[in-house]
Amino acid sequence: MSKTILTGKEYSTVKEIAGPLLFVERTTGISYGEVVKIRTPTGEERTGQVLEVDEKRAIVQVFEGTSGLDVTKTVTRFTGDTLKFPVSLDIIGRIFDGSGKPIDGGPEIIPEDERDIHGAPINPYSRAHPSEFIQTGISAIDGMNTLVRGQKLPLFSGSGLPHNLIAAQIARQAKVLGKEEEFAVVFAAMGITSDEARFFREDFEKRGAMDRVVMFINLADDPAIERLITPRLALTAAEFLAFDYDLHILVILTDMTNYAEALREISAAREEVPGRRGYPGYMYTDLATIYERAGRIHGRKGSVTQIPILTMPHDDITHPIPDLTGYITEGQIYVERALHMKGIYPPINVLPSLSRLMNEGIGKGKTREEHRYVADQLYYAYAEGRSLRELVAVIGEEALTERDRLYLEFADRYEREFINQGPYEDRDIEKTLDIGWNLLAMFPETELKRIDPVYIKKYHPKYKEKKES
Amino acid sequence: MEAKGRIVRVSGPAVTADNMTGSQMYELVRVGEEKLVGEIIKIEGNKAIIQVYEETAGLKPGEPVERTGRPLSVELGPGIIGQTYDGIQRPLPKTQELIGPFFKRGFAIPSLDRDKKWDFTPSVKVGDRVVGGDILGTVPETPLVTHRILVPPDVHGTIKDIVKEGKYTIMDEIATVETEAGDVKLKMVQTWPVRRGRPYKVKLPPDTPLLTGQRIFDTFFPMVKGGQGAIPGGFGTGKTVMLHQLAQWADANVVIYVGCGERGNEMAEVLERFPKLKDPRSGYPLMDRTILVANTSNMPIAAREASIYTGITMGEYFRDMGYDVALMADSTSRWAEALREISGRLEEMPGEEGYPAYLASRLSEFYERAGRVLTLGSTERIGSVSVVGAVSPPGADFSEPVTQNTLRIIKVFWGLDKTLAEKRHFPAINWLTSYSLYSESLEEWYRRNVNPEFLELRGKALWLLQREEELQEIVRLVGPDALSESQRVILEAARMIREDFLMQSAYHPVDTYCSIEKCYSMLRVIIRFYEEMGKAVERGVPIKSILSLPVLEDIARMKLAPLDEAVKVCKEIESKISEQFNSLYTTLRR
Repeated sequence: MSKTILTGKEYSTVKEIAGPLLFVERTTGISYGEVVKIRTPTGEERTGQVLEVDEKRAIVQVFEGTSGLDVTKTVTRFTGDTLKFPVSLDIIGRIFDGSGKPIDGGPEIIPEDERDIHGAPINPYSRAHPSEFIQTGISAIDGMNTLVRGQKLPLFSGSGLPHNLIAAQIARQAKVLGKEEEFAVVFAAMGITSDEARFFREDFEKRGAMDRVVMFINLADDPAIERLITPRLALTAAEFLAFDYDLHILVILTDMTNYAEALREISAAREEVPGRRGYPGYMYTDLATIYERAGRIHGRKGSVTQIPILTMPHDDITHPIPDLTGYITEGQIYVERALHMKGIYPPINVLPSLSRLMNEGIGKGKTREEHRYVADQLYYAYAEGRSLRELVAVIGEEALTERDRLYLEFADRYEREFINQGPYEDRDIEKTLDIGWNLLAMFPETELKRIDPVYIKKYHPKYKEKKES
Repeated sequence: MEAKGRIVRVSGPAVTADNMTGSQMYELVRVGEEKLVGEIIKIEGNKAIIQVYEETAGLKPGEPVERTGRPLSVELGPGIIGQTYDGIQRPLPKTQELIGPFFKRGFAIPSLDRDKKWDFTPSVKVGDRVVGGDILGTVPETPLVTHRILVPPDVHGTIKDIVKEGKYTIMDEIATVETEAGDVKLKMVQTWPVRRGRPYKVKLPPDTPLLTGQRIFDTFFPMVKGGQGAIPGGFGTGKTVMLHQLAQWADANVVIYVGCGERGNEMAEVLERFPKLKDPRSGYPLMDRTILVANTSNMPIAAREASIYTGITMGEYFRDMGYDVALMADSTSRWAEALREISGRLEEMPGEEGYPAYLASRLSEFYERAGRVLTLGSTERIGSVSVVGAVSPPGADFSEPVTQNTLRIIKVFWGLDKTLAEKRHFPAINWLTSYSLYSESLEEWYRRNVNPEFLELRGKALWLLQREEELQEIVRLVGPDALSESQRVILEAARMIREDFLMQSAYHPVDTYCSIEKCYSMLRVIIRFYEEMGKAVERGVPIKSILSLPVLEDIARMKLAPLDEAVKVCKEIESKISEQFNSLYTTLRR
């Protein structure tokens, strides 16, 4: 949008300003969704978009906010065009603001094409089902909730939790085994602090990865309504790089909670009937137009994998933002405060976490043949251990049976040895599964009901050591 | 139609046009210069409010609106099986061929292939009297479905002309019927408006289960052919996996899967997996009996609203041929949200949680199109449409309007449970809250077709699960020591039912489908063990030594026994149970 558009119809008939909305009167020939350039009384230019239009008036949302606008001197120019982002291979390594203007002091982008930032839905028939294992080097993800190429897997976190550290670690370590291609990262920040933005930037720079990163930054003190377009710009860039240039793109969107707040603000300004907690009834559909822009396409080499981050207000997973997200994304990684307090990093609680595409990405030739079974057994044992912890809190440890104590001990060791690792520790999948086996070896074999006996004979440390000695 | 309307307002998918006098509710219109597909959903004087099935960005007030004079309809005829459609029956494979992998607007593709030739064999001859619903002839559409070409419901008269056996396209005229209103020429294709149920003679009470191959359903909470069911559950509880399982293994002739506002990658999974999967009864690819309707969450919302009607109309069409049809809708909550969004755009007075006041009546209208019926036609044919809808309650809170209004209609409730899902107990169907109101009317069927003992075993199993819950409550309060040995027997037996019977892996090649015979044999083994356990404890055998019996290992693995061996395997386990308990007694006496 750095390009100046000279054509269009000008109106200085702003009748009303309400929150981020302008009501422009006596308009004709305005199309729904078109871009509006707004000149403030001081000569500054802002961008907006038509939200509703009838024969006499248009409602325009202003991305940079309406402060400083008035009803007499403000001029609106309707460009007749939808919101577009100039794309080029040269955007890699660049930093843009939340509405797509370069802010790194670099040269102007000479566009190869201009793409509608709303994208177009992918024909479900053209989608290839994601099935390539991405090794993140994080056991809680690789072992228990495996990520695959083309998946959208959000981090459900809370304020003050190390979700940024986890996202940066994924961006740093993600690779597809046996393939040379590296991921390029498209990073979109919506309303995060400048500290957080700097953390990501420095992390990318430190490992010399900036030449594989595109950043779109809308900071906490940037206009809130701009957050509605930031993720769409990022995804337009991602789709272009993935499907025109065959690149594998990892998109990090943070923080989707701020995006949803901006959506609510617009909805309230339009006096729409609110849904749950004041969020608009169409929030599911709106979020879907972002999250569904991930995947693989038959006949195209590239892929778009999404890691959105959201902070759950009051750590409440039933809040509309995580709830609607969970209904669209292919699982979630749940970052838990209690584990964080215990000093576990990454504080991922695997029980409410899920990767819906895990089964496609694991097993023989991808990770290891017994992966599913080991994961299931670890799940079972950890769930058992955690529910026993609650029981102990009520009735004391004395009342427990031998078996129960084993599960209690397992849960502690599992958190300390399997989940816990360093932010710079890159565990390969073999190591992750071996740690899992070592923990399961605590139990008598008859407890390992979820594992096919064939694999017990093959991978259980007891038999493995014998074979090796 | 000559009359042209004019756009006066655009707000998302809702477009208002004036100069629309004479238009009808639910009439199909073409909106704007790009001729986007839309449907009239409200009329105010000479103004009509139109929901547009495609992205509306770029539309301007002043652009024309063309009326078609007919309602939104689907094309019915050979070529429909194995297809993948969007919400308004545009074939997605052809769409890809035409415009590539990303959707564009304003394209029109016929729903059925106009050029493909089908082998048609007539079943009537000149001079025959025919009424609506009679079979004109047949087309072997796939190895699994013989397409019966029906006389449209409103046509009756005498066959004046009928083509010979041979290859015809759906556009060829194959018969002429002389009626009171003159000659009617018939083709293999007919159209039907999606919002109107297809007529039938009479609805019949259901009497046969729709077997699903899923133990918890077929044994405890059975669905019937022609029944209505719902699977509500929060995200991650496995709704979609369950619906996929039903679509794969339900013993219906035709399966229609409506992906209504759900994930694109899940549709891709169905599209990739189904052609590879074989029907367990016939061995042919499952796609040979399946129709997919895919309108994912990011596709136009109005088409999402239409998608379930498109699906069920196709279902009724195959029902009218005398087939058993099973329709899965994933998810009806997304459909209701589409209704809510459009209602909001119309500035209608909102009901509960912003949903329109007519939510309940729309839902029941939809579910009521399910049923087992005596079809039209002069010969007696019975067909059925069974409907299972997924419901996605926000925050997994079942008190929300879509779940509540659905529960008032449906007869089978399969409630998904987040705690079970977190423990990776799949299918995460809660056995204490789920129900099937068809259980009683199916008792006769189970007695005759499975085993007279079946119902008794089922009763015992349900009782054990119920008792377990009560005993667990005690354990939570005062600890496991408070339980007597006989109470621990109940806990152990219930645990076996949960882990060794109810848990069923959708991804295990054998376990994914379980025949009703295998269900019965497995249940018998567990109840047998439970009864032996009770007797042994009474005779003073400590429960600890019972729990170390090697046969428990066999019981834990019996679900993995291949279908053709399962009955035998279970019999062997039963004799092992006797042997091992006997040897327990021997050691005890020493």
